[in-house]
Amino acid sequence: MPVRSVLVDLLAGNRGGQILLAVLLAAAVVVPVSNLLLPADSALHVPTYVVSLMGKYLTFALLALSVDLIWGYAGVLSLGHGAFFALGGYAMGMYMMRQIGERGVYGHPVLPDFMVFLDWKELPWYWQGFDWFPFAMVMALLVPGALALVFGWFAFRSRVTGVYLSIITQAMTFALMLAFFRNDMGFGGNNGLTDFKNLLGFSLQADGTRVALFCASAVAVAAAYLLCRFVVRSRAGRVLVAVRDAEARVRFLGYRVEHYKLFVFVLSAMLAGLAGALYVPQVGIINPSEFAPAASIEIVVWVAVGGRGSLYGAVLGAILVNYAKTVFTGVLPDMWLFVLGALFIAVTLFLPKGIVGTVPVFNRAGARHRPGRRQSPEPAP
Amino acid sequence: MSTRGFALPALAALLSCMAFLAAVAGGAPASQAATLEEALQGLAAKSYKERAVGVEVLAATGHPRAIPVLEAMAKGQLFVRKADGSIVIGDKTGKVYALTDAVDGTALGDAKKKELKKVKVNNRLRGVIRAALGGLTLLSSDPGQRAQAAAAVFAARDAGALATVEQAIAREEDAKLLDQLTLAKAAIESNPEFPPDVRLAAVERLSDSALPEVRSLLASLSQEGEADAEVRAAAAAALEAVERDLAFWNLLGTIFQGLSLGSVLLLAAVGLAITFGVMGVINMAHGELVMLGAYTTFVVQDIFRDFAPGGLDYSLAVAVPAAFLVAGAAGVAIERGVIRWLYGRPFETLLATWGLSLILQQLVRTVFGPTNREVSSPSWLSGAFETATGLVLPYNRVAIIVFSLLVVGAIALVLRRTALGLYMRAVTQNRSMASSMGIRTGWVDAATFGLGAGIAGVAGVALSQIDNVSPNLGQAYIVDSFMVVVFGGVGNLWGTLVGAMSLGVINKFLEPFAGAVLAKILVLVAIILFIQKRPRGLFALKGRAVES
Repeated sequence: MPVRSVLVDLLAGNRGGQILLAVLLAAAVVVPVSNLLLPADSALHVPTYVVSLMGKYLTFALLALSVDLIWGYAGVLSLGHGAFFALGGYAMGMYMMRQIGERGVYGHPVLPDFMVFLDWKELPWYWQGFDWFPFAMVMALLVPGALALVFGWFAFRSRVTGVYLSIITQAMTFALMLAFFRNDMGFGGNNGLTDFKNLLGFSLQADGTRVALFCASAVAVAAAYLLCRFVVRSRAGRVLVAVRDAEARVRFLGYRVEHYKLFVFVLSAMLAGLAGALYVPQVGIINPSEFAPAASIEIVVWVAVGGRGSLYGAVLGAILVNYAKTVFTGVLPDMWLFVLGALFIAVTLFLPKGIVGTVPVFNRAGARHRPGRRQSPEPAP
Repeated sequence: MSTRGFALPALAALLSCMAFLAAVAGGAPASQAATLEEALQGLAAKSYKERAVGVEVLAATGHPRAIPVLEAMAKGQLFVRKADGSIVIGDKTGKVYALTDAVDGTALGDAKKKELKKVKVNNRLRGVIRAALGGLTLLSSDPGQRAQAAAAVFAARDAGALATVEQAIAREEDAKLLDQLTLAKAAIESNPEFPPDVRLAAVERLSDSALPEVRSLLASLSQEGEADAEVRAAAAAALEAVERDLAFWNLLGTIFQGLSLGSVLLLAAVGLAITFGVMGVINMAHGELVMLGAYTTFVVQDIFRDFAPGGLDYSLAVAVPAAFLVAGAAGVAIERGVIRWLYGRPFETLLATWGLSLILQQLVRTVFGPTNREVSSPSWLSGAFETATGLVLPYNRVAIIVFSLLVVGAIALVLRRTALGLYMRAVTQNRSMASSMGIRTGWVDAATFGLGAGIAGVAGVALSQIDNVSPNLGQAYIVDSFMVVVFGGVGNLWGTLVGAMSLGVINKFLEPFAGAVLAKILVLVAIILFIQKRPRGLFALKGRAVES
């Protein structure tokens, strides 16, 4: 079977990937059973809030995966991926706002509460169609993808590279944050979108919905991992790695560098949008602070902690850092920024290859399938 | 007008009371009291018409007591005491009236209602009283009151006030008030009851001012309702001239605001022009170094407040070098501790310095608390230059523009004229060559970074004067300052200067059309597009340095 052979090909000798998929699969089976079938007082019962928390980590893992795809393999450090994530989240949020219907505070059949509050008379044109789930989902992928296409087309064509690109991606998300803070934008301004009631007719408060969202996140991470792995192992992926390491040389060899970069940038943005769409129903709110430059740069450190350029490392890093964040903000809220700051410095100074590049169990398995690339120094842009 | 006042009746009764009341007044100049007395009796005349004349007579005396008396009259609190026919002010408390002498304001005890006869007023009379009050305050000794009165006369354009206005013009010494008064006179004289040549002269005078109320007056004169075609044409021409003038001053004002914003951007970015521009280090903690400078200002002021409160006005003179040293020391520590291990790895530098910025923010939050800290402005920085045309230039904004230019000049001098500057340029251009010539490149790196950081601290002193000093101060500027450096051209001080100023001006020109937030977004988008066209910025460096 061709699908099976592709799967085998993607996972053979890739111990990190095998572990990742096994863990995701196990989680997608064990968590529902434990949450829904075991009694609440059982030692093995997973409370619903933990399910949602883990689901949130998984959406962050998907986001980190998308950043690793372009940073680890194309050498494009995007400090604006939070924007793609937030746009996907807003698309999902708009769908769920429309689902509220007459149950809002003002009871208006069509308009969300904040529009009634602003005394708007009818739905803006860009809100049309978001009451239909498939349309909203397509938008959650297409809007970030289109933004990445336009932005990347301009940036890569004029050969903006390295930290310059990082800085203008940061400016992009900053500009979007300012825009979404405005009430006249029609996205709820400062407060964003919240007070969601249900998704596809299922109550968001129900345990079953929470578990389903968790499973959907796990499946999404697994599928995205396989997709990214497929991309980086393809011919195009090899060209991307070459672009990362010696862009000028690849260009002189006759490759259209900007096309490869643009393709992977758009793909990455769409994955980030998907992550955002899965994130919003699990946390119940989306607001403009997701666009903050600080949020975007935090994603990069998840990838750096896990290990850049291995895909599963990004997943590991996202989950570890966010778990640490949950623990610290619960126990010592004032300490978290010290820890995060120290993490940034320590990783860059002492763990430039991240956890998977340093801990031998990942390193051996990973190195065999990417000959020579871990030994080469990181390219200077 | 005062001549008409002598047509009032009851002159005899008035004269008989005069001696008695002059005695009560106790040493008030007899002649003035007499005139005031005469005039007061006029208020109690039989008909409304005569009382209106009385009001004007009283106003013409210019006596300070005329104001409270007229105010009381307008409120219906002026009475004639039946016993002696004297005029009193009665304030009703309960069933009795607390009486005050109209002439000198002394308390006269209580009286019942039947002992008094009210001086009645109607709406027309109230109008006369209001106009008279406006005229009276024109002659007041308080300049603030005179200014208010001039504005009131301008708004009312009552021909009755003309004489008083002329009187006020004759004795006015303050140039600004004189201007207001002649404007008020012109406004009155533009009324249709004046002859055409007077009206034309008045319109001419009005065209010198750009005040909004003058414009609306000229606009109404240039409308169809105006019967005299000549006046209408003159008013239309004057209005056009005023609008042109106003557009010009508005333009100047916008440019000033733009330069002011630009100088803030320049200050925030100029340290980056060294660390990022000269050394190529992406220092995301730059904003936090600015914040350290602002907090140093706060600490210095605190020390001054405790030990030398008299010198508080000059604490900025101490704060500038102190901030330079504090932020510079932090910069050297950052360079030696973190950045020097990361040269040639810009992504890692970016991440590590971002981590530093988080730590610095949280450190300041822990030490000084999360709320804004108050940094006072020295008294010599409060206030503003104001022109008659409505252009306002606050001193602190002017000072920041000058200060930012001084800072840029100082950096240029250091880079071009000192040994350290020479070493810096040598190390930037060819590190290994410089090293083999005996320059200790490590020390030069530290000194360069320290200089950039110190400048950021100095910027913090200036920003503390116009912005909130909070742990988030640096965050607000980081995107902007990188934009400025990238837009101006990396490694180019001149580019940073031009970039900051032009971004500031562009922003302020967009604001009236788009609003502040949208203007900022538009500028960001414009820069992003601009960088696509010119990836190396406005003033790109040419040659070998670009490739490395």
